[in-house]
Amino acid sequence: MTDYTRSEIHLCVNGQSHRLNVDNRRTLLDALREETGHTGPKKGCDRGQCGACTVLLDGRRVVSCLTLAVAADGSDVTTIEGLASDGELHPLQQAFVQLDGFQCGYCTPGQLCSAVGMLAEHAAGWPSAVTTDVSAEGPAPELDAEEVRERLSGNLCRCGAYPSIVRAVLETASRAEVTG
Amino acid sequence: MAASSTSPSPAPSGHQALRPNTAGTSAPSARMGEPPLGAIGMARPRVEGMAKVTGAVRYAADEPMSELAHGWVVTSTVTRGRIRDIDTSAALAMPGVLGVLDHSNAPRLNLDAGSFFGPDGGMHLLQNDEIPHSGRPIALVVAETAEQARSAAMALRVTYDEEPYDVDFSLEHPAARPATAFFGEDATVGDVEREVAASTVAVDERYVTPEAHGAAMEPHSATAWWEGERLQVVDSNQGPFLVAMTVATLFHLEPKQVRVRSLHVGGGFGSKSGGCGPQLVLAVMAATMFNRAVRVTLTRSQVFQTVSMRPATDQRVRIGADADGRLRAIDHTAAFEVSKLADYLENCTELSNTLYAARAIRTRRTAVPVDILPPYSVRGPGATPGSFALESAMDEVAERLRMDPLELRLRNEPRVGPVSGLPFSRRNLVTCLREGARRFGWATRDREPRTRSEGHLLVGTGMAATSFSAGALPSTASITAEADGGFTVAIGASDIGTGARTALTAVAAEALRIDPERIRLLIADSDLGPAWSAGGSRGTTSWSWAITGAAAKLRSQLAGATLPLTVSFDTTESLGALPPMERHSYSAVFCEVTVDPATGEVRVRRLLGMFAVGRVINPLLARSQLVGGMIMGLSMALHEEGVRDPATGRHVNGDFAGYHIAAHADIPDIEADFVPDYEPGDPSGIKGVGEIGTVGTAAAIANAVWHATGRRHRTLPIRPDRVLEEPPPR
Repeated sequence: MTDYTRSEIHLCVNGQSHRLNVDNRRTLLDALREETGHTGPKKGCDRGQCGACTVLLDGRRVVSCLTLAVAADGSDVTTIEGLASDGELHPLQQAFVQLDGFQCGYCTPGQLCSAVGMLAEHAAGWPSAVTTDVSAEGPAPELDAEEVRERLSGNLCRCGAYPSIVRAVLETASRAEVTG
Repeated sequence: MAASSTSPSPAPSGHQALRPNTAGTSAPSARMGEPPLGAIGMARPRVEGMAKVTGAVRYAADEPMSELAHGWVVTSTVTRGRIRDIDTSAALAMPGVLGVLDHSNAPRLNLDAGSFFGPDGGMHLLQNDEIPHSGRPIALVVAETAEQARSAAMALRVTYDEEPYDVDFSLEHPAARPATAFFGEDATVGDVEREVAASTVAVDERYVTPEAHGAAMEPHSATAWWEGERLQVVDSNQGPFLVAMTVATLFHLEPKQVRVRSLHVGGGFGSKSGGCGPQLVLAVMAATMFNRAVRVTLTRSQVFQTVSMRPATDQRVRIGADADGRLRAIDHTAAFEVSKLADYLENCTELSNTLYAARAIRTRRTAVPVDILPPYSVRGPGATPGSFALESAMDEVAERLRMDPLELRLRNEPRVGPVSGLPFSRRNLVTCLREGARRFGWATRDREPRTRSEGHLLVGTGMAATSFSAGALPSTASITAEADGGFTVAIGASDIGTGARTALTAVAAEALRIDPERIRLLIADSDLGPAWSAGGSRGTTSWSWAITGAAAKLRSQLAGATLPLTVSFDTTESLGALPPMERHSYSAVFCEVTVDPATGEVRVRRLLGMFAVGRVINPLLARSQLVGGMIMGLSMALHEEGVRDPATGRHVNGDFAGYHIAAHADIPDIEADFVPDYEPGDPSGIKGVGEIGTVGTAAAIANAVWHATGRRHRTLPIRPDRVLEEPPPR
C-alpha cells in the first residue's frame, strides 16, 4: 500500500547526494538535523523569526524551518558545514573568528549563511529598505554599515555580537572588492 | 601588579593565522621562579572559534544518540485551576507513541528541591492536578520521533476546572510583603523624612519595568538516559555541577549517581540558572519511565511560557538634595512579582546602597505574590531594573537643580560604603565618568532639553553611572601534570558564550607559567567537581581562583615528582578569609538618541561605556561581553516587554515576533573600553564582566530621550506609542 504520509526526495547537501524517505511534515531543517547529520543549522524558534536555521537553497538564503523538506526536493543545499572548501575557511568565517563576531555561537550558522547570501544579493544589485535610489537605472547601492544591518536584520543575536558581525561583513566585502 | 591597559589592542586583523595568537610565548617549562607570560591581558580569538564558525560545536539538542525517543511538552491552556481529566486514549493509539506522562503516573519528586531561595514549585512538575499559572507543563508525550510526539500531543483532550487568578501586580497590591533578606537586610541609615524635608529639591517618582525574558537563542534542551544505576544527562544550563545536585535532590538520588554535561550552551542570561529547567525534569522522568534515552526540547513559545523571567517591578524613588547637588536622602522602595510557588529576590536596591553618599538612605524591598511562574535572575538581576529607577531619578534631580548630571554624580562620591561603612576595595567610578565624558564630548552638551534637532528629528544625550557587585564563590579545580609535558586542567565551569574556555586557558597558562597550547582544559561536566555556575558575574572569578590555587600547589610539588601528578584546590577556605569590603565593578554609560515625534521612534545613534572591571583577561572577549550587555540594556529600554493579558492571565507575546529583542538594524557601532583597574581581593585581580554592561544602559537612554524631547519616560519600554506627540494645532 502506498504511504501517502511519506515521500522520496533527493537533496544535494554541501555537494553530497542524499536520497531520503521523509515524513511529509518534516521541515528542511529537521531533515538536515535528523537525517543527513547536519546539526549546524539551529532551531532557535521554528517559525522563521530568528534566522538561526538559515541555509542557502540553490544559492539563495532561506529559513530552513519554514521550508518543507519535500519542497526542497532536487535542490542544492549549503549549510554552515559547507561554507569552507578544501579545509580553507570562507573569508567570512575567518573574519568572524578574528573579530569575535559571536559569543555563544548558536546564531552563527545562520548569520554566516545569511551574510553569504546577502553579499551575493548585493553583488547582483538588489536594493534594500534603506537603499536611497531603488530605480532600475539607479547606481548599485554602496554596501555600508546601514545596508548590512538592514539586510541582516532577519538574523537575531541575543549575545549582542551585532557590531562585530557588521565589521566582519564589511571587512570581507572590502577585501573581495580589492582582490576582485 | 600591572593593571589592564586603557587601550587594549584590537583583534589581530590578519586572516592567515586562525590558531589562537600565542606570539611571544616560547614554551618554557613549568619551573618555579619564571616570570608570568602575559597570557592574561592579551586579545585572542576564542579557542572554540573555528568549531563555532564551521558548525562543528554541539549544543544539547545536537548530540547524536542511538535509540533516542522524543518528548513533547504539553502546557496548560488555563491560568489557574485544576485538571479534571487528561484523555490520552487517542494519543496512545497514534503511530510511534511510547506513552504519556502526567500527574497520574509521573515519578514522585522531592518537594524540598529548589534554588538558593528555598523549595521551588516551578520544578515540581506533574505532581498533582493543580494549575498554578498559565503555560504550566501538565504532560509529556513520548514517541519515536519529534513529529509523532507533537502530533500525539495535539490529540490529548484536557479538561479543567478553572479558578480565578490574580496577575494584577503593583506596589500597592494587598498581598505585598517584605521580601526575603537573602542578600542582606534593608537599609535604614539616618532620618530620610527629615532630610527630604530639609532638601532644596526633592524628586519623588514611580518607575515601572515589565516582565523581561533572557531569551537566549538556544531553546532549552535535555537528553537523559540511565547507564546502570547512573543517570546521564546532556542539558542546556549555566552550571552542570549545581544542576546535578538539584537533579539528585529532586529525584531522591545520591549525588554521585547523576552526571550532567553541557559542553556548549547557546546563551543563558539567567534563563538557564536556578537549578533545573522543565526540559530536564521531564526528560529524566521519561527516561526513567520508558528506560530509553529521551530528549525534550522546548519550543520557543514554551521557553517564554515555562522558563523563569525577570519579574515586573514597580519602584518608588525619593531623592532629596541641597542646592549644591549634595544628596541628603535616598529612599528607594522596590516591589517585584514573585510566584506563589517559590520565593525569590529581585534585589533592586543594590545600587542605592553603594553608589552615592547621602545623609540618609532607606531601602525597602517588597515581594508581591501573584499567579505566575517563578521569576528568577535575568542578566544583572535587581541591579538592572533598580538602576533604571535610581539613575533616572538622579537625572531628575539634576534637571530640577539645573545642574549637569555628570557633575551631580561627581559631587556625591562616598569615601566608604554609604550603608555598610566598609571600605571600598577599588572604586574607579570617577575615572569611568571623566574618561567617558571626555571621549563622548559631554562638555558641549546643552543644559536645556529639546534644544537640538536635525530636520524632523529631535536629538538628545544622556548618561548613567553604574556599579555591580564583584566576588567569587567556592569552586574546586584539579590540574594534572602529564608525562608528555602537557597539563590537564579540570573544572566544572560552563561556557555559555562568555569565553570561559579562552579566559580560563589564559589564566591557567599564566598560573603555570607555560604556553597556553600545552593546556588541555576540561569543563562543563559535573564529574569535574564542585564549582559555581556562569552566574552573578562570578563564573570566571570563581573558576580562575580555583585554577590559580591548584597551579600554585602543583608548581610547589613538581620538582622531581613522578608524572602524571594531580593536585586539587578548593577555594572555600581562601574565600572565607577575605576581609569584608565593598567590592564592585563600575561603569559610566553615555548615549545619543534621535526621536521622531511624528512616529514616536527612538533610535540610539551613539552608545559608549567606560568600565572598571578589574584586570582584563582578554580584552577582545571582555569587550564583546560588555557591548553585548549594553545591547541588552538598549533592548530593555526600547523593545522588550512581556505582556500579560489581564483578561486571560496569559503571556500573550511569547515569541520573537511579539517579544521584540534588538535586531541588527537597531544597533549602532558601540564603544566599550576599560579604565585601569585591579581587584585586590582576587588572586588574579579580576572582577566579572557579564552583567555590568546591561545595568546602566536603560537609564542612560531614558535620560537621553528626556533631553531630546523634554518628556520623562518612567515606564519601560519607551515604545513609540508612549513617545508619539500630537501634531501642533494648525
